[in-house]
Amino acid sequence: MATIDTAEPSRRDFLYIATGAVGAVGAAAVVWPFIDQMNPDASALALASTEVDISAVAPGQIITVKWRGKPVFIRNRTDEEMKKLGTIDAKGLRDPQTDGDRVKKGHENMLVVVGVCTHLGCVPLGHQGEYDGWFCPCHGSVYDASGRIISGPAPLNLPVPPYEFVSDKVVKIG
Amino acid sequence: MSGHSTYTPSNGFTRWIDSRLPIIRLGYDSFVAYPTPRNLNYWWAFGGVLSMMLVVQLITGIVLVMHYTPNTALAFTSVEHIMRDVNWGWLLRYMHANGASMFFIAVYIHILRGLYYGSYKAPREILWILGVVIFLLMMATAFMGYVLPWGQMSFWGATVITNLFSAIPFVGDPIVTWLWGGFSVDNPTLNRFFSLHYLLPFVIVGVVALHVWALHVVGQNNPTGVELKTEQDSVPFTPYATVKDAFVMVVFLIFFSWFLFYSPNYMGHPDNYIPANPMVTPAHIVPEWYFLPFYAILRSIPDKLGGVIAMFGAIAVLFVLPWLDTSKVKSCAYRPLYKQFFWLLVICGLGLGYLGSQPAEGGYVIASRILTAWYFFHFLVITPVLGLIEKPKALPESITAAVLAKNAAH
Repeated sequence: MATIDTAEPSRRDFLYIATGAVGAVGAAAVVWPFIDQMNPDASALALASTEVDISAVAPGQIITVKWRGKPVFIRNRTDEEMKKLGTIDAKGLRDPQTDGDRVKKGHENMLVVVGVCTHLGCVPLGHQGEYDGWFCPCHGSVYDASGRIISGPAPLNLPVPPYEFVSDKVVKIG
Repeated sequence: MSGHSTYTPSNGFTRWIDSRLPIIRLGYDSFVAYPTPRNLNYWWAFGGVLSMMLVVQLITGIVLVMHYTPNTALAFTSVEHIMRDVNWGWLLRYMHANGASMFFIAVYIHILRGLYYGSYKAPREILWILGVVIFLLMMATAFMGYVLPWGQMSFWGATVITNLFSAIPFVGDPIVTWLWGGFSVDNPTLNRFFSLHYLLPFVIVGVVALHVWALHVVGQNNPTGVELKTEQDSVPFTPYATVKDAFVMVVFLIFFSWFLFYSPNYMGHPDNYIPANPMVTPAHIVPEWYFLPFYAILRSIPDKLGGVIAMFGAIAVLFVLPWLDTSKVKSCAYRPLYKQFFWLLVICGLGLGYLGSQPAEGGYVIASRILTAWYFFHFLVITPVLGLIEKPKALPESITAAVLAKNAAH
């Protein structure tokens, strides 16, 4: 059997590689719809914003509203709670952020955060824990009244969702 | 041990089949003539029990699907409908729910038997690895099945476990959204879990077939860890192993029935009889008992990614165990030191299970950390080092020699 050993790649080598490459691209193109079908569908995306009337939220009260299937806490903080927050040094926190960065100007007392613990997704309990903020019953994360992580396994502060004050009484989340 | 086949078709019909598809021959060679070590003890019967439980779960599961509705608005009530209205529905559902626990009891005994007698060592590495794969598939199946009744524990268990993936750097959050099919655990999640919960048991059947195939290539280990040498070391699978397995299955079914008929909710959690509420997390969420040791490991690490890595690592370490163990001797019966460490590991696992059921605070966390450290220390340090320094007892010349010596002593 004669074997031809050429340093140059032959035309057949090129055909093998080209066929393989086209096949791989084709397979990936077919696989993608089967993967992407699991991502949020149009109806899930359509629920992406919600409007809330906050005029009835009294100082000290926390209400929970549903946004994208998740709880969102709206907390009207008392002046005393605000004073206590002022004494916490933001630089010393695990996820450093000042309370002012987490609220809208002119509505400093009103905190809007996603009520999902950044550890493994449980809903923290309001007005509990040593900082009178939130306490997660699942694995013991403690948040302050600004929703910032103080102790426990959670790595980040409770996230602030995109929102705006449509009027003084109505907040639009999302 | 797949030696020469001794099957001879007895009539014209079986001869006709045998020359076209030798399936009767395969069954005969695998489950009748197959040589099984003569000294196997009852711990070797749990492979049979596990096969039985897999069939129980498949049959009850297929029947339950005829009455269950995988939709967040209807799932909980459809399970109650099964419990109250469907003929024998209570029995079928309790069989399936308790059957999962029984399945895990049997698999833990089976795994510990493998650890004690060194059944993971050459030439049984692939057999062992396939077993760990089955264990992982069982855990995935059980987890997704627990979500289907859509109670509070279903929902929050699903939330916590899927959130484990958010610990992955950079791509964690998109992966979790992809798993959910939304921005939280919701109807798309329930639907896909249902689909996979139905699929995975059949995948398990496939891997079990590979597991049995590998077993029949290398042969069964035995309490001495000495391989089969002559024909008198073995007895045929039927009737010896068949009858012994059947006896253990019956005893196991009595144990199963005790839970099934007298305390069917003992191993469940009352919170799962509350319909799922995405707005309120139960005050104390715990997984099913068979996940508790791994849950304790997860919670013992004060870092999110670290905890997830430790939990998966606790299972991953089993995959490489055949290469971590440096001892040439398989069975703990001839390894005086390793035997003690084996029982320490069992205590460590039970301790982690207890700690996983307790709240993650104070002394419980410290104890979890100590036991987690011990768990990894056992596999990563003790196992390799002990093989080098331990002086094993003298091995018997053969299985037969061991059996005769034991009988002479009586």
